[in-house]
Amino acid sequence: MARSWVTPLLFLLPAFAVYAAFALYPLGRAAQFSLFEWRGFGASTFVGLQNYVDLAGDAAFRAAIGNALVLIVFYAVIPLVVGLVLAAILRRGQVRGMGFFRTVIFLPQVIALVVVAVAWRQIYSPVGPLNQVLEAVGLGGLTRGWLGDPGTALASVGFIGTWVEMGLVMLLMLSGMSRIPAELFEAARLDGAGPVKEFFAITLPAVRGEITVALVLTIIAALKTFDLVYMTTSGGPGNSTTVPSYEVYFRAFDLREVGSASAVAIVLTLLIFAINVGVTRIGERES
Amino acid sequence: MRVSRGEVVMNYVLLIAFALFALAPVLTILIGSVSAPLGEPAGFYPGNYLEAWTVGGFGSSLGNSVVVAAIVVGLATVLSIGSGYALGTMRFPGATVLFYLFLLGMMIPAEATIIPLFFDLRTLGLTDTYLAIALPQVAQSIAFGTFWLRAQFRSMPTSLLEAAALDGAGPLRALRSILVPASRPAIVTLVVLVFMWTWNEFLIALIMTPSGSRRTAPLGLATFQGQYTSETALLAAAAVIIALPTVILFLFLQRHFIRGMLEGVAK
Repeated sequence: MARSWVTPLLFLLPAFAVYAAFALYPLGRAAQFSLFEWRGFGASTFVGLQNYVDLAGDAAFRAAIGNALVLIVFYAVIPLVVGLVLAAILRRGQVRGMGFFRTVIFLPQVIALVVVAVAWRQIYSPVGPLNQVLEAVGLGGLTRGWLGDPGTALASVGFIGTWVEMGLVMLLMLSGMSRIPAELFEAARLDGAGPVKEFFAITLPAVRGEITVALVLTIIAALKTFDLVYMTTSGGPGNSTTVPSYEVYFRAFDLREVGSASAVAIVLTLLIFAINVGVTRIGERES
Repeated sequence: MRVSRGEVVMNYVLLIAFALFALAPVLTILIGSVSAPLGEPAGFYPGNYLEAWTVGGFGSSLGNSVVVAAIVVGLATVLSIGSGYALGTMRFPGATVLFYLFLLGMMIPAEATIIPLFFDLRTLGLTDTYLAIALPQVAQSIAFGTFWLRAQFRSMPTSLLEAAALDGAGPLRALRSILVPASRPAIVTLVVLVFMWTWNEFLIALIMTPSGSRRTAPLGLATFQGQYTSETALLAAAAVIIALPTVILFLFLQRHFIRGMLEGVAK
């Protein structure tokens, strides 16, 4: 009888040991760290939940949450609309070069975000192509350093997110739409339904599951947008582009407030769990 | 079924507009990478790549990236094959709980684990090592790999395993000579995805190598940008060098990327 669990355990144990040591255990340690005040060296003081209480009144943390909400529009909502429309067009067929469009629009997903940041910094720079184009079309009054201007920095970072995420969403939608039987569309068209009506009556309801998945992925990407913020704005000007993920790093390694950084990390983790469960629940209830 | 001519034109306009939008930053960087460096007359400068390579020290940072990627891909794949095999084909008490524990790992952000890991590994004197950069990523990839290969091994016909058992093959031989060869496409997908994630990883590599001695390629680019902010041509060339491996892999193995990224997350 012993054999029945010895064999599976032998196969499972190595993976589980590494996973537990380098993911589960440190998560527990982060929760523990968040209850202390510690500068990264020397003695630490137990402060209970004080780090969390402080976060509630912390301007930078509140800015990070507010910015993340704005970024969700750019990372999740706009790519969802774009992805749905593009996928619907590709699915309706009679488009040559479907493979080409799919590849090109998905390409941003595989490029390292540091590289993406370098590219967009050049585009947004005061002497960059974006301002050159604006000058050329007579909108010279709009030119600025897009990432340095407090009024446009967050939207500029967000727009990069739109560029990165739209291909992923489009492909998710395409895979959902590929399951819709062709007869459904034919019947709708025989009834005289145009592309818009067809989209709302057949396509949209069929990809509800994929919409849920797309929202979970892109909302989490918005909360975790560390690489881009680190490389383009360092959270500035002021706190105008900081995000929870950047706050974790900044607090731990620049401010040397390891306890507070850990509290932000735990809040971020709980947010991610909640979004996963919440968005999935809503998706299930709707169907 | 016919689609009206006006609609076809409209479709192409939209698709071409978004394809151009997707390509514009890529082209900006490609063109920038061969344009005049600071203080040079306009022209075609392919030498920027060599210059960026030497000045930015990308030989060593790309080398570090290769080592880290090899450790992460190798370990994560082998370990996930084991755990996926156990959870996908065997019954034992606690299997469901363990599966959900692995699933949880797909949601744990690196931001939460990396701070305690850094301080604990520093205490042990293990920061600035390949393993410090690699192992947290192995753990993340195991969570996904276990989930991915469990689904794959579960979908195999049980008759295959029964036949192997009748032939007297032990569980390890059944895995090596039957399940793994039959699951090659799923394993390739896993390898390709884990490679891409590892190659592009920034936060973990940034924190785990405080001295910069094990700097991976994305960090090399970040440092380069910090030092030569106005050298846009060299910076662009460096960016192309770093993006190239994953982009080439993607263009050749598209189906694996797309299948993994869609199915892996959709289940």
